Amino acid sequence: MTATPAPGKPPTVSTARLLRRTAANVAFKVFCITVTVVALLALAAILWSLLSQGLGGLNLEVFTKSTPAPGSAGGLANAITGSILMCLLAMVLASVVGVLAGTWLAEYAGKSRYGSVVRFLNDVLLSAPSILVGLFVYELLVAPFKGFSGFAGAVALALLAVPVITRTTEDTLSLQPATLREAGVALGAPLSFIIRTVLWRSAQSGMLTGGLLAFARISGETAPLLFTALNNQFFSLDLSHATANLPVVIFQFALSAYDDWRRLAWAGALLIAAAVLGVTVLARAIAKEPRRS
Amino acid sequence: MNTMKAENLDVSIAPIQADQVKIAVKNLDFYYDKTRTLKSVSASFARHRVTALIGPSGCGKSTLLRTLNRMYALYPGQRAEGEILMDGENILGPKTDLARLRSRIGMVFQKPTPFPMSIYDNVAFGVRLYENLSHADMDARVEEALRKAALWDEVKDKLRTSGLGLSGGQQQRLCVARGVAVRPEVLLLDEPTSALDPISSARLEETVSQLKADHTIVIVTHNLGQAARISDYTGFMYLGELVEYGPTDQVFTRPATPRTSDYITGRFG
Repeated sequence: MTATPAPGKPPTVSTARLLRRTAANVAFKVFCITVTVVALLALAAILWSLLSQGLGGLNLEVFTKSTPAPGSAGGLANAITGSILMCLLAMVLASVVGVLAGTWLAEYAGKSRYGSVVRFLNDVLLSAPSILVGLFVYELLVAPFKGFSGFAGAVALALLAVPVITRTTEDTLSLQPATLREAGVALGAPLSFIIRTVLWRSAQSGMLTGGLLAFARISGETAPLLFTALNNQFFSLDLSHATANLPVVIFQFALSAYDDWRRLAWAGALLIAAAVLGVTVLARAIAKEPRRS
Repeated sequence: MNTMKAENLDVSIAPIQADQVKIAVKNLDFYYDKTRTLKSVSASFARHRVTALIGPSGCGKSTLLRTLNRMYALYPGQRAEGEILMDGENILGPKTDLARLRSRIGMVFQKPTPFPMSIYDNVAFGVRLYENLSHADMDARVEEALRKAALWDEVKDKLRTSGLGLSGGQQQRLCVARGVAVRPEVLLLDEPTSALDPISSARLEETVSQLKADHTIVIVTHNLGQAARISDYTGFMYLGELVEYGPTDQVFTRPATPRTSDYITGRFG
């Protein structure tokens, strides 16, 4: 115990203690930096292999031609289109359900028992293995109709996106000041009207970020599509049949013995990574947008 | 003697004559879950007058204010018992249409609460809920409200820009304009200047003094000088009770209870 120093005298410092503290500080810093570098190296290695292998396979035909038979020329047009269609449909479904569920949780459920149960189950869904979701939709929408379909794929993807959107919607709405809600209600408007006209608008950047994060998550999912959309060799805009998509094409082509298929798989992987990166950057930009217009 | 202790206060007599009473509160109890935060409060608020509620933090003055437009009804677990008569009609009754009631009572909060939309849309927001005005009439109404709130000259050239871009003091006056645009009979102000700088506060006080020509005003404030400057009647609350209520100059110069005297002379609170 160091006694309070007399006024005017500097406090006595134990050199041993000071050295030990400095050493501990340096050791902790070095440890943190090392671990960060290891994580970044792994990320850099993934990006490097993706770029070096993927860029070679990228050309105009990738976007204009459909998946080929081994040995012939082709591209990923059918898979790109299928992925975009299914992701868009999934996002529409998930946004409607997720935004409404998140709004209910934030504005109406409060601490009620039902609200707590829904909140807990949503958290469970948030971390549910995607292959389970795929199997579930298989039993629900594929087996009874005796056929794979893009619609089933979109539903499976939506099921993965809903909990993300629900959670971010609830969180951003809960962050809105209570007086904003009260100020609207004080004007004589029903709460539901204030939610739609004031609170959603006030929370829009957070909710949009949540939606983009959900999109980034589902755009690379393979497992749920294996059981639902499967794959399709031909270009099609009809989601009522098996539908080509990038993740499943990558999965099949990457495991194949043919060089041109493997090149296409790398190109597809690069496309997904680029799309996710683009969406994430967009989400960041929107989240940073100042509240003043 | 017009100033009386609350327990003797009969709303039909002092300090306000029955025909001047806009809102009469009778034996009001308020509960947050099981905690009783208002204890048998009775008071009346005079038409076209400013009534200030003062008292230390947690004494129940904001709670009393929030019962007048039943804002507490947003939160399960909060309830009021007793009677609040507005123009003779009990607004605590189950038949009260809350949205309609609140459209007759404007409210301004401690922190400015502009909506994320243009200045014009902020002011027109409440009007659009209940009135179907032509463009020209709406323009006139928005101007009238902004003039009343002493904000018109500062924003008349940027009505279409976001209300969030205004300064704190301007945002608060925007909220006053939004409140008065619906032409409410009563205006409730919950510490409206506590987040504002002195100059903005002074402007808002001026605004309030002018607004009483059209509205019945109840203001909660921690600023005793403000209560003395702008109010006609003052209620002093302590621990959920209305300890003293009377004309402002009497409460401030000849308080009837020692506790009021201690509070306004700065001995506690």
